[in-house]
Amino acid sequence: MIEKAIVGSRRYYGGLAALLALIGVGFLCYLWQLREGLGITGMSRDVSWGLYIAQFTFFVGVAASAVMVVLPYYLHNYKLFGKITILGEFLAVPAVLMCMLFIVVDMGQPMRVMNVILHPTPNSMMFWDMVSLSGYLLLNIVIGWITLDCERKGIAPPRWVKPLIYLSIPWAVSIHTVTAFLYAGLPGRHLWLTAILAARFLASAFCAGPSLLILLCLIVRKWTRFDPGKEAIQTLAKIVTYTMLLNVFFLLLEVFTGFYSQIPGHMHSFTYLFAGLKEHGHFYGGLIPWMWSSAALAVVAIALLLNPATRRNERTLVVAALAVFASTWIDKGMGLVVGGFIPNMFDTVTEYTPTLLEVGITLMVWGIGATVLTVLYKIAVSVKEEVAA
Amino acid sequence: MAVNRRDFLRISGLGTLLGLGSMATQELLPPGKALAQQYLPDGKALKAKRWAMVVDARKCLEKVEQDGCRDCVLACNRVHNIPALPDPKHEVKWIWQERYENTFAGQNHEYAEDALRGKPFLVLCNHCDKPPCVRVCPTQATFKRDDGIVMMDFHRCIGCRYCMAACPYGSRSFNFVDPRKHLDSAATDPKFPTRMKGVVEKCNFCAERLAEGLMPACVEVCKEKALIFGDLEDPGSEVRKVLRSRYSIRRKPELGTHPEIFYVV
Amino acid sequence: MYDKGKIFAGLVIFLCVFTSPIWYNVVTGKAAYKPDPKLPVREKQCVAPKETMIASHMTLLDTWRDKVVREGDREYVAWDGKVHSISLSEGCMKCHSDKAAFCDQCHNYVNVSPYCWDCHVEPKEKK
Repeated sequence: MIEKAIVGSRRYYGGLAALLALIGVGFLCYLWQLREGLGITGMSRDVSWGLYIAQFTFFVGVAASAVMVVLPYYLHNYKLFGKITILGEFLAVPAVLMCMLFIVVDMGQPMRVMNVILHPTPNSMMFWDMVSLSGYLLLNIVIGWITLDCERKGIAPPRWVKPLIYLSIPWAVSIHTVTAFLYAGLPGRHLWLTAILAARFLASAFCAGPSLLILLCLIVRKWTRFDPGKEAIQTLAKIVTYTMLLNVFFLLLEVFTGFYSQIPGHMHSFTYLFAGLKEHGHFYGGLIPWMWSSAALAVVAIALLLNPATRRNERTLVVAALAVFASTWIDKGMGLVVGGFIPNMFDTVTEYTPTLLEVGITLMVWGIGATVLTVLYKIAVSVKEEVAA
Repeated sequence: MAVNRRDFLRISGLGTLLGLGSMATQELLPPGKALAQQYLPDGKALKAKRWAMVVDARKCLEKVEQDGCRDCVLACNRVHNIPALPDPKHEVKWIWQERYENTFAGQNHEYAEDALRGKPFLVLCNHCDKPPCVRVCPTQATFKRDDGIVMMDFHRCIGCRYCMAACPYGSRSFNFVDPRKHLDSAATDPKFPTRMKGVVEKCNFCAERLAEGLMPACVEVCKEKALIFGDLEDPGSEVRKVLRSRYSIRRKPELGTHPEIFYVV
Repeated sequence: MYDKGKIFAGLVIFLCVFTSPIWYNVVTGKAAYKPDPKLPVREKQCVAPKETMIASHMTLLDTWRDKVVREGDREYVAWDGKVHSISLSEGCMKCHSDKAAFCDQCHNYVNVSPYCWDCHVEPKEKK
């Protein structure tokens, strides 16, 4: 089926070329970082995780969302999703790949990455994160590829694929739970030390992922002869509606706990994010515009999604999906990860702004993800077109 | 011999795996016979069941008020080749001074006595009994020794900085840049390695000095003897004597990390 | 055979490029030297026999660094019963004090750059 990836339209080649150029530029930035060290980023002794880990955290969520189409179809026979399970799985693959790449570019000594495997440490959540991400990547590649190949040949998939598919459902939940556990078990970081963090992660994953899937389905319908199905997209929209509501609700629960109890540790990070902190006459509020944009986008998204008319209308649905994606990207990425480090363990503030090189390296990883996504989708769509013919 | 493509790929794949696997297995075989396997701890080494330190803040503050004393900080920086970095974001510090309100963030109030308000307190790695940094390290590059010291293995650190997120005390520093660029090569102490960019570091209770029978550099250099270092499990040690007779506090006790740096205020 | 000329030309170019490391070193004379590490004058016996050290010093140092840092064992009882203090800068390099004349000789020849000296301080040469 790989031959489907090397033959395509002008638009396909053009898109891949642009992405490869982006990757090339980003790779030069990464070489610079390898030479000079992570000092070229905006990270500091106080904010020791930044854009890279923020992206990692967000895209783990996008990856988990494949389960949102797999579960209804395989466990509950929801036939409408039959056409798009492959799109969900082939979205999970580049998303997980991006997660792993973001970890690698964030490491101070990436050549030593094998140490995590050579010296397994079961008490470390990061070890289990590696295990669960690698496993999920393998599962989705194998399941996606085999089912697609069998569909092309017009035969039923082999019997051993079914247990793998069933396994991928709790596994998807686990990759996100483990990633939340990375944060939720750390004493001292009060923005993260909350039981609801894993639930928040899952809720935002299950709205961010399917909203991206909606956008991708609409693009696929526009640019190819494969139609994922209007009703399937509508069901995804309903899923996004309720998970986005849950996501916002969970955030508000956190805000209540902090501000009703008035416990400083529970309030300070939120105060910094949404209102800024004043310290020794200096005002720190760098993330305020971002957080309120995220809030506004969430309101717009929910308004458009709750209203059946705007949800059914695919133009407004695009706006809603983009708004959900952007809102969760800000909230889970910059908001959660950077916010957790501010104020620091001495109750002072060191702000964080990514540098251009850092953004360049991030765009490299985005480019790699987009390239893998494009190639996999091309294969899937070409096979579907071939079968339909 | 007509081999079809699928079988050919299978055979060559298995053959490659076998070849690579046997190469890798060779690495796992024990080293040659003439390399003896006997290792001993240094006879001069100072031993303890649980190393701890008491900071006598009163003595320390008196001296600091007189002449801005930073002898312990300078000694540690010298002995461990700690770079002087111009950008505060990339600071590397193992022991340093923080204001009273920041050292005990969350534990103090606005009406603190004048003798303490705004004054510089020494902060360093607490070598916790239940260290969250050790719990989260994915490669065991930071680990707890039997004598209580939380050690760093710079060889193994992958620079993921998870330990920095986990430490509730902000004790850890990361080498964002090559430290050698900010070290005076004439002043570099050859006995202790510098570190490379991309690894995390922190106070190690001078484990390398303890191994030679010496006290930690900060303890040794303090003229006021404000830093008391000893075995917490030895009821006759100086640390136990001080803790028995004076009121002491620790940073963030509610977190259950059991820090082993006590402050006598 | 179609395109016989192009194929053979391509094969020749490929073989030249593929074997370039070999003939390049011969042509520029880089392969002509034998690594000549200067042995220390003070001590005659290392922590292990010469042949073992040549073959396995990497394994030894790898074990040593874990023993010192992770287990706190800083003394090594050699095969001849002598006790040595484990240290790169203060042990090995007390005798092999000139990195360029000893360590680099073989390392450069086989194009290996161990990163020991990124951290461990080379002893300064007394000129």
